[in-house]
Amino acid sequence: MADRRVSPWWTVSGLVILLWALFPLLWMVSLSFKDPDTFRSGTPTFFPENWVWDNYKTVFSDSLFTSALRNSVFIALIATFLAVIIAMFAAYAIARMDYPGKKFLLSMALAIAMFPQAALVGPLFNMWRNLGIYDTWIGLIIPYLTFALPLSIWTMSAFFRQIPWEMEQAAQVDGATAWQAFRKVIVPLAAPGVFTTAILTFFFCWNEFLLAISLTSTDKARTVPAALSFFTGASQFQSPITYIMAASVVVTIPVVILVLIFQRRIMAGLTAGAVKG
Amino acid sequence: MAAISMRNIVKRYGDGYQAVDNVSLDIADGEFVILVGPSGCGKSTLLRMIVGLEDITSGDMMIGEKRVNKLAPRDRNLAMVFQNYALYPHLTVFENIAFPLRLRSTPDDEVREQVNKAAALLQLTEHLDRRPANLSGGQRQRVAMGRAIVRQADAFLFDEPLSNLDAKLRGQMRTEIARMQKRLGITTVYVTHDQTEAMTLGDRIAVLRKGVMQQVGSARQLYEEPANLFVAGFIGSPPMNFLPGRMRGGRIETPFGTVPATGPRLSRVGDRDLVILGLRPEHFEDLAIVPAERRGHGQSFTVDVDVTEWLGNGLYAYVPYEAPAEVTQQLEELERELDSEQMRTQLVVALDVSSRIRSGTKAELWFDPQRMHVFDAATGENLTRDPDRVFEEDQPA
Repeated sequence: MADRRVSPWWTVSGLVILLWALFPLLWMVSLSFKDPDTFRSGTPTFFPENWVWDNYKTVFSDSLFTSALRNSVFIALIATFLAVIIAMFAAYAIARMDYPGKKFLLSMALAIAMFPQAALVGPLFNMWRNLGIYDTWIGLIIPYLTFALPLSIWTMSAFFRQIPWEMEQAAQVDGATAWQAFRKVIVPLAAPGVFTTAILTFFFCWNEFLLAISLTSTDKARTVPAALSFFTGASQFQSPITYIMAASVVVTIPVVILVLIFQRRIMAGLTAGAVKG
Repeated sequence: MAAISMRNIVKRYGDGYQAVDNVSLDIADGEFVILVGPSGCGKSTLLRMIVGLEDITSGDMMIGEKRVNKLAPRDRNLAMVFQNYALYPHLTVFENIAFPLRLRSTPDDEVREQVNKAAALLQLTEHLDRRPANLSGGQRQRVAMGRAIVRQADAFLFDEPLSNLDAKLRGQMRTEIARMQKRLGITTVYVTHDQTEAMTLGDRIAVLRKGVMQQVGSARQLYEEPANLFVAGFIGSPPMNFLPGRMRGGRIETPFGTVPATGPRLSRVGDRDLVILGLRPEHFEDLAIVPAERRGHGQSFTVDVDVTEWLGNGLYAYVPYEAPAEVTQQLEELERELDSEQMRTQLVVALDVSSRIRSGTKAELWFDPQRMHVFDAATGENLTRDPDRVFEEDQPA
């Protein structure tokens, strides 16, 4: 029998990694509470000498941020909702049905996921302007769906595969149509998978920067990550860093809360199908 | 309720594998029929074709007067109990049983009445609010049956429903299923690989081997008049003993001496160079306890008893013997197919408990040749079978 007590070095290295990861976050929080006029003067300290809420007040009174927050929330929610619905049907078909070209479709989905986004920005910019959906919600939702779907489909089909065939067959024998069996038996059983997919997609849309900055030009559709780069100080001599940090803290909070609440679910989703339960 | 009639049913998979080969079977209204055979014999495939979960390659599947080949499972109005129960884990026991009714949008009070009735019948009333995950195996089994009962289906189909239960519970559930079927009087098809279930449950048993129907009949017919080597070896526990033999000039040469081939059964065989003789373990007896007036009817012989097993109500003795190569090969193949638990080149003999025969001794055994079956060594066909024999016990009282 091996000794189950492992060396204390695990704890030490764990702490080091934790600090490494936490430092930028703490720095962000700390900066967001510093006085925007004086944070660069004198001897710099890690924590603010006097804690102020000014940055948050400024950020929330700035329409640049509030409209961006609104755009972010709705674009992320709509894209997530659509991605989950589409992925649910697609994943079901992949997990349960046999049709010609299934392998091809799956590898295409994977290829899209691996395609560098930066290479698409230029063509998309031109296309979107011609189509008249440049700087609109839909103009962001469409590419978000494209990039979120492959992962969603792969995760969800892993969940669907775990549901025994008999479940569905029993429903059919009990008198259910294929649609009823799907809605009343398969979807409730795959709920954890639907959840995981929804959260992962939401994070992707919420944090996305490249497309958001390239395909928007005004408050109409600009999301928070893009808007942050347009923050200016009160005068050209004032650095906007503290405002940007306050805004960053605001948009990080929902992500942190979601992860804390659903971390078990997310882990389950990411490893679904890896081990036969 | 309805009769089920299968005519020349064939199932061929895309890769050319023939799972069910030209099976015809008529199941009367209210009859309890068992489909039995070793794993991979096509019995489950046949059941799934009845219920509509498997496409039929050719042939006619009739339920009542209707040809249902192309009907979806939900339009066939059959109820099925799956091997792993297939209960819906996200629903309570009540909703599991009510599921088929909900699909038909039955009014709430009727659902409640039906479910409560079924729950009372199955002793599930106090578990209605629980979820399947918190139930024992037997309770889950009963929920699955409850779901079938509320359907008021034309027929019940069972796919090895007891194979996930432990031995004791299996016995209980077996009687419960039999009682329920009698009470509801509903046409039932039951798939199993367990021959005890097969013999105790149904009105009739259909034995399948590699997708081919071997024999259909009552348990007694299958036991006393098996159509071939396969059925003879499959039905009965411990299984029938198979010995090499030769028919010549009205006499049968067996490894244990030559006996006359007289009587209506043996005399119809005629001369053959190599046959396989079938003798059930209980056809043998310890010579010492055979009454003197019966001794003359049978053949006695001396053997070395390898091992004996005392079971309280009986005594099994194991006797090894040598067999010619061609018979051994045929028997080995049979053994593989039957998943048999015993070696075929030893004789299993069931003796009366009063017998004094013990392990590792010489013993004098006796058997009545009239009860012997003779099988063709090449085809396995039973040459002594009377296919029209009717058993009084099978007739309704």
